[in-house]
Amino acid sequence: MSDSSFGANELDRFRATFFEECAELIADMESRLSCMLTETADSEELNAIFRAVHSIKAGAGAFGLKRLVTFSHTFEALLDWLRDGRIAQDERVATILVKAGDILAALVEAAQQGKEIAADFETEIANELHGLLEEASGGTSTHRAKAEPKSTSESVTPAKATVDYRISFSPHAELFRHANEPLLLIKELERFGTLHTFCDTSKLPSLAAMEPEDAYFSWTFELSTNRSKADIAEVFEFVDQDCILDISESAEEEAFGLFDDDEPKALNEPAPDSSPAVAPTIEHKPAAEPAQKAQSGAKSNANATIRVDLARIDRLVNMVGELVITQAMLAQQIIDQGKDQGQQAIQGHEDLAVLTRELQECVMAIRMQPVKSVFQRMPRLVREVAGKLNKQVNLVTHGEQTEVDKTVIEELADPLTHMIRNSIDHGIETPDVRIAAGKPAEGKIVLSAAHVGSNILIHISDDGAGINRERLLKKAIEKGIVTPNANLSDEEIDELIFAPGFSTAAAVTDVSGRGVGMDVVRRNIVGLGGRIQVQSTFGKGTRFTLIIPLTLAVLDGMIVASGSEKYILPLTSIIESFRPDKSQVREITGGGQVASIRGEYVRLVYLCKIFDVPGAVLEPWKGLVVLVETASGNKLGIVVDELIGQQQVVIKSLLDNFTPVPGISGATILGNGRVALILDIEQLAGMTERRRHATIDGRLSGSKPALLDDQASQPHSDVDDGALPRLAVGSR
Amino acid sequence: MAKRVLTVDDSKTMRDMVSFTLKGAGFEVVEAEDGVKALSVLERTNVDLVITDINMPNMDGVTLVKQLRAKPSHKSTPILILTTEGGEDKKAAGRAAGATGWIVKPFAPDKLLQVVTKVCP
Repeated sequence: MSDSSFGANELDRFRATFFEECAELIADMESRLSCMLTETADSEELNAIFRAVHSIKAGAGAFGLKRLVTFSHTFEALLDWLRDGRIAQDERVATILVKAGDILAALVEAAQQGKEIAADFETEIANELHGLLEEASGGTSTHRAKAEPKSTSESVTPAKATVDYRISFSPHAELFRHANEPLLLIKELERFGTLHTFCDTSKLPSLAAMEPEDAYFSWTFELSTNRSKADIAEVFEFVDQDCILDISESAEEEAFGLFDDDEPKALNEPAPDSSPAVAPTIEHKPAAEPAQKAQSGAKSNANATIRVDLARIDRLVNMVGELVITQAMLAQQIIDQGKDQGQQAIQGHEDLAVLTRELQECVMAIRMQPVKSVFQRMPRLVREVAGKLNKQVNLVTHGEQTEVDKTVIEELADPLTHMIRNSIDHGIETPDVRIAAGKPAEGKIVLSAAHVGSNILIHISDDGAGINRERLLKKAIEKGIVTPNANLSDEEIDELIFAPGFSTAAAVTDVSGRGVGMDVVRRNIVGLGGRIQVQSTFGKGTRFTLIIPLTLAVLDGMIVASGSEKYILPLTSIIESFRPDKSQVREITGGGQVASIRGEYVRLVYLCKIFDVPGAVLEPWKGLVVLVETASGNKLGIVVDELIGQQQVVIKSLLDNFTPVPGISGATILGNGRVALILDIEQLAGMTERRRHATIDGRLSGSKPALLDDQASQPHSDVDDGALPRLAVGSR
Repeated sequence: MAKRVLTVDDSKTMRDMVSFTLKGAGFEVVEAEDGVKALSVLERTNVDLVITDINMPNMDGVTLVKQLRAKPSHKSTPILILTTEGGEDKKAAGRAAGATGWIVKPFAPDKLLQVVTKVCP
């Protein structure tokens, strides 16, 4: 094997690098290929795709991944022909290329994971590639993948009897222009055995006539060696076109390394210098052309990057997290000791706090990547799915450059894929239905990303049929997800599509599939600490909103106290805190309390009641109400004893050791070393919500408390004001 | 003094392999990702040998060889091009541009060293 003398460790390291590189190359290639489906690729594009496939082939060769080599070779050949215009670009070719890209990606993945794949996995597409090549070459020879790269170790032939060779060698001036050096060749020959060297200096002119860059010497060698003639020829492999070479005593065939065309001419032609016939014919080939082509694309890479193992960054992030905690603990200790004890220590510590925060931001930025890598997979998906369903869909993306933590990006791909599929399958109607409904035949899906505070907001909206609430509710009742007499708001009905095992499609299609539904999407998003919402206008379209934290590692938090416990509220969801007047707090029908603030009523939630904390303040006018806003714009008043302070906290997951606790998203370590739980506002809102419905369903079905009704539906009022609703999300 | 080699390849895998092999044999190795970067490295650093890939973004290997040969300082610097099996046209192009020799990828480390010693004075 060609890699025989690399150590196992090195080989593993090279392999790891190779597959990392492959992943990048494939992503790049796929996005370029999918562009080809809609527009003709220019030579720069084609070159880039070619290079990607070529690099994969080269690497695969180094690791003996024969199948990958063979396939990429064919693929590469086609791209090469496409590049030089022997094959014309059209939709059919583009489609085949895209498929070939898929197969290549799958082969790489299989090779990386050492997976077995069916022997004929790539046969069909390889045949299509060959077919194209055959067509282009007028049905003659195809660029069948050449046999395996020759094992280079063949050159080391086994030891055998010593043979005497006579070698004559007359260099042309060309040899020196290629920076070859006869002396080095002679030295190499010397290593083969016993060498006698005779130098012919007869061509050397007088000093005045001498051209310093010309070649005047020629040599004759007598070599006794056990090496083959091929080995000797190999010594001259780089110069055989720049010299007259004759190696006599030929009993064996030459293995490799020679420019085949010229070889016969060079043999048995001792006459030096008088050799226009032997002049390298190759010289006249238009080598300049591809070179210029490639150079036309010369753009220097503006962003210098380095490749770092993700595990290292994770460690760094973790360590910085610990640093933040330690810094907070230190702050606590300094305060505990009393301010006047060490004014300087306090000053120093403040500086440290600033630096720590900066450091943390820098480290977090390392992991940030544009969502482009996920978004760019979507156009293709849309085309495929739409094609399968005979629908016309135009995908528009915005905000591809929005950056988000790498771990988040990786987890985004699946839910997004599923949701887009879903939008095409269930949302966008077929062209005839659309035309009948007065819409353009082509449906539109908009995928956009934007930063909002410390969250990333992703919208997926379509101008399709919208959610048929009647049907949805009927189905939900059929499936026993809601009770028949439940009185649900439109939003609540829409939310049902996230219920486990729920599928609204009249028939299960092979596009959106069976079983996995929006509930899985929701679970994925919640797993990222995010939320998903749906807004829909029947007949006009549906819009999904994902709100996902930029990073899973830190959170700006407000520490609040309730009884003996301390909790963290995400700072971004807090609007304000206030101590209500007794008169502001009212009991409402169906249980619960609301507080009126500036003419608005907000529902009150007692942390001490939810988490069963003894000794907490039960009268809001004696404690505090923290007004928070959920992602959907609903407001909620959380009743606490007091606010302790604001702090950036490092999120520690509880899920490794605990089952999910409703209302709690994680935990952190406070400055005093105690653990505090991080509250999940959405869940808290949901929990009170559910309690309300339990009461409503049980006791009051049909009539909702007027106050709450206003409150709950108000933020959604703009849903119906246009084709696509805007989302009311706090934009701090 | 150790001989210094510049390896030019857009694939880190390849650069790593060349670099590892040569360093193991006592060479000093500098790396560049493409022809443009190679030229800028060569402005600051003297090297005894250049090993370059052909297919690279920004500036390919053949252009690099040509540009180097056009400079008096690199007229006689040995340059090896990395080609793939069957890349005869590339080999020819590299040769026409003034390359000293070639190495077929994938290469065995000892083969690389053998070729390097053949051209590196």
